[in-house]
Amino acid sequence: MKRGDGRKPEDIRPMEITAGVLQKANGSAMVKMGRTIAVAGVFGPRQMFPRRLQQFSRAVLQCRYIMTPFSTDERARPGPSRRSKELSMVINKALSAAVFLEEFPKAAIGVYIDVIQADAGTRTAAINAASVALADAGIPMRDLVAAVAVGKIDGKYVVDLAGPEEELSDCDLPVAVMPRDGRVTLLQMDGDLPPEDVKQLLKIAKEGCAKIYEMEKEALRKRWMK
Amino acid sequence: MSEEMDQDFIEPDGEDLGYAGEGRFETQAPQAHPQAETVNLLKREREFVLPGDKIVDSLEYLPGRNCFREGDGIYSKKIGLVSVEGRVLSVIPLNGVYMPARGDMVIGEITDVQSNGWVIDIKSPYEAYLPLSGVRGFIDPGKMDMSKIYDVGDIIYGKISMVTASKSVHISMYDRICRKFSGGRVVLANPAKVPRIIGRNGSMIDLIKSRTDTRVVVGQNGVVWLEGEREAFVIEVMRFIEERSHMEGLTNEVEKMLGRGVPHERRPQMEGPADEEVNFQERGVSNEEG
Repeated sequence: MKRGDGRKPEDIRPMEITAGVLQKANGSAMVKMGRTIAVAGVFGPRQMFPRRLQQFSRAVLQCRYIMTPFSTDERARPGPSRRSKELSMVINKALSAAVFLEEFPKAAIGVYIDVIQADAGTRTAAINAASVALADAGIPMRDLVAAVAVGKIDGKYVVDLAGPEEELSDCDLPVAVMPRDGRVTLLQMDGDLPPEDVKQLLKIAKEGCAKIYEMEKEALRKRWMK
Repeated sequence: MSEEMDQDFIEPDGEDLGYAGEGRFETQAPQAHPQAETVNLLKREREFVLPGDKIVDSLEYLPGRNCFREGDGIYSKKIGLVSVEGRVLSVIPLNGVYMPARGDMVIGEITDVQSNGWVIDIKSPYEAYLPLSGVRGFIDPGKMDMSKIYDVGDIIYGKISMVTASKSVHISMYDRICRKFSGGRVVLANPAKVPRIIGRNGSMIDLIKSRTDTRVVVGQNGVVWLEGEREAFVIEVMRFIEERSHMEGLTNEVEKMLGRGVPHERRPQMEGPADEEVNFQERGVSNEEG
């Protein structure tokens, strides 16, 4: 089976990761997954304001995911929406699992992700960008986080859905894992799927994440090993 | 980070429990763990590692700074370079913010004058506090204007006297070399690169100071104070060091750069107390990278 863009079912889209793209952030990264582009900037650890939101024994991860107005076919209303708030929250949880937040009590780590261009899989691109940016900022982590969306088209399991495929797929299953030990930090699902399929999809999602993981590492090596 | 910190790990009766500390294992390890030498490290000394990279898969080694243990393995927490000291593995970070540690000499800006002390911004996730007890001499805050001593905006060079578990940071000005700066200017460097800017036993910073006739004080928090006619050149040299911090033989490169920048008539070197004050060996600032 060949997909619309000529990929095999288990192939991810052509991907490009660049670390250290922003001057003013402590760490940053840009991720291109096919036509989806996300840029992440990490600030801190820094002082937490307002102070009443400080956590006594750990840092607060402040995640903000936003789609730029020009990222979609029709102009999107700028600023946070219901959807972007929800995604900020799930991205936060997907990354928190990997970060040693307890090393920075009372502090805050700001992770700001902007989607420059959207063509499906923006949350996974956002997680990949944020994970590289966090490592780039020198924030202590258990592992990098890699994320990819999987789906089922005409009975076939496919990895990294592109825009047109998302509508054909029976489901959209974004998965984020810490590939070293395979622990899952994000698992969402849209659509209908029998339980046995989920197991299979998780397996191929992890394989896709392993490929992305290597690219994330390569991007960081390129940035720091001059 | 400092030597005093290590003292905390020793039991009151003086018995060594064998926590990760400087050089403590070099004498103990061979008898207690005969297999230690046969274990192979997965990463070489000074090899580049990323978060989650396994450095060794053995209980014979201990995780030091920026490392953690999971199962039998020791993994890196940060991007950095592996450092092996006896049986302790640690990672020298390439980026990151300054985390205050007792005994560190830092440069900070006074941001608030309170009734019993001053609040200081030390370019860290945590602000520092300079209590009255950290200042020499008797001061009655009821009768004296505290801002006469240190006012908002003043730049001071102080020693971190206490860091609690909840990261309340206290500064002391008791040390002879602590002072308030007047004049000059302040620039920020990457705190992870400060050991390279200072060099082993202050070799790099001494070189820069002597060749440029500039007074330079490097705080361990990455804040640098400079005064002299060639401030801009010194900043350029510092950025050069930051960019090439991983290079071997960096001192020679810097020497070349300084040689280029020295005008034909070399001005006489500065003498007197100013130069003496800026002796880093005395301050206990050491180069972690060796």
